[in-house]
Amino acid sequence: MAAIATGPGKTPNLLKRLLARPTSAAGLITITLVVLAAILAPLLTAYNPAQLSIVNRLSPPSPEFLLGTDDLGRDVFTRMLYAGRTSLSVAFAVVIVASLLGITLGLIAGFFRKADAPVSRLIDALMAFPDILLAIALVAALGASAFNVVLALGIVYAPRMARVVRASTLVIRELPYVEAARALAVPTRVILFRHVLRNITSPLLVQGTFIFAQAILAEAGLSFLGVGISPDIPTWGTMISVGRQFMNSAGWILFYPGLAIVVTVLALQLLGDGLRDLLDPRLAKDI
Amino acid sequence: MTLDADTILSVRNLRTWFRTKYVTAKAVDGVTFDLKRGQTLAVVGESGSGKSVTSLSIIGLLSRPGAIESGEILFRDRSEKVQDLAKLGPRGFRAIRGREIAMIFQEPMTSLNPLYTVGDQIGEMIALHNKLDRHEARKRTLEMLQAVEIPDAKNRLDDYPHQMSGGMRQRVMIAMALACNPSLLIADEPTTALDVTIQAQILDLLRRLQEQMGMSILFITHNLGVVAEIAHEVVVMYAGQVVEHAPVIDLFARQKHPYTKGLLACTPNAARDLEPGGTRKALYSIPGSVPPITNLPPGCAFAPRCEYAIDACHAMPPSLTDAGADRLSRCLRSSEL
Repeated sequence: MAAIATGPGKTPNLLKRLLARPTSAAGLITITLVVLAAILAPLLTAYNPAQLSIVNRLSPPSPEFLLGTDDLGRDVFTRMLYAGRTSLSVAFAVVIVASLLGITLGLIAGFFRKADAPVSRLIDALMAFPDILLAIALVAALGASAFNVVLALGIVYAPRMARVVRASTLVIRELPYVEAARALAVPTRVILFRHVLRNITSPLLVQGTFIFAQAILAEAGLSFLGVGISPDIPTWGTMISVGRQFMNSAGWILFYPGLAIVVTVLALQLLGDGLRDLLDPRLAKDI
Repeated sequence: MTLDADTILSVRNLRTWFRTKYVTAKAVDGVTFDLKRGQTLAVVGESGSGKSVTSLSIIGLLSRPGAIESGEILFRDRSEKVQDLAKLGPRGFRAIRGREIAMIFQEPMTSLNPLYTVGDQIGEMIALHNKLDRHEARKRTLEMLQAVEIPDAKNRLDDYPHQMSGGMRQRVMIAMALACNPSLLIADEPTTALDVTIQAQILDLLRRLQEQMGMSILFITHNLGVVAEIAHEVVVMYAGQVVEHAPVIDLFARQKHPYTKGLLACTPNAARDLEPGGTRKALYSIPGSVPPITNLPPGCAFAPRCEYAIDACHAMPPSLTDAGADRLSRCLRSSEL
């Protein structure tokens, strides 16, 4: 009962409790630093990410070029910061698109019994494809652009969100306050948003964090395979793709963006795990 | 469709069945009763007797595979128009729920959304049905909280449900249900989850609100003690059927059906059960349990548990017959009881 009842004042508690756990605190702090680094990129570096310098091409890390330069003499550190902007914002947009699609499908499947079977089968069908394969197919069909990558990955990850929403909706739908709302003629759309959606935000938050991490990986994968965002725009994936050719002679071109992906994804996973531990068992226990 | 002028609800031969591919559960099988304006009718029975399904049929909240097979549920709304709720569609029910018929439930703990303040939730109901602006709705909400006698109502408006006790929450539920001044209130075991002292307060409150607002109450319960407190008339249900129907005073004076007799004997009574010497009399319990409604005995459904049963009881289901002044009984031997 206590958990259902902790509506007000939940957010400050949650933040405090996330920071009280070493793993989730590490995740939260790291992801905050990564986001800040991306936002404050112009302040953290003197170079322009597209600035060529043939003289300095493939130079190893040095005080002048912190993480070295790539084959065209562009500063790897600078490009990494700017690439973070693209990678993070693409991934964030994917979470938004996946959530919009997933919440809609999940609410329909979970709340309206007749729609459950067809919508659930659609979700199952989408889940049956390997993530990257489906994304490649969609991008190939839609054309490679940042918008289409977001759309494609959004479609790929929507089923995960939809499953969580459906499962939670099935539980909430049967709770007395939903029945009470029906008995007092509250319109279905109000029940859906006010009474159902508001009460399943915790699992959505957890799932959103995991999708964020997955989307960073998937976007990097698509860029690496050359079906993603245009190679002119630095993302961690395109940087690795370029660096692959110089892997033995100039490993830093590939290593540091790779490290950025690992650190960011790991931080998000830790944060997601922390959120799930704090939010989900209480849901499971109380509903 | 005719209805006596002072009757607000008339359930006639209602059958609500749950049909699946393999079995048909006749949860409600031929229930008939009338509820008079401004009165309280208690529907009493054990779990599985069909009392809750009856109430859900009336307000149109049956979930599949439950459906009304046959029968009529005649309801007189505020404009004196009589409608058959058994044939009403979802649109029709939306116009009736809340405004004409409201319902309160057993679980005050989970009947409120934990994420909104109680003022918010009552206000939602009021705004929904009355087209008031926020300020007016809040004023009316406060009036409702005062009407259900929540102390310091002004400061409790912005409380969340978890900040209130069970009794207070049930008061909030009542405020929500009565916010639009319905003419019929269906109360499905509203006091079951509450402490005895709180039960008495809630019953008292319902009685007072009934006098002020003049609504009729259909009170679903398994507790005969509660019935004695609030009902004018009593319908006793067993295995989906009415087994006895009587005015409350007559029913407690003399039961015309062995099941009612048994139920009454099962009600704990401190004065009766605790003898002066300090020994406790064992509380009576009806032997056996309610038969599954998918597999009822061929004769009277209660016969296998009945100490008065004779051979004829096992042969054919008895019908609901006149058992003296204003009362009905579904028992072959009612005149001997």
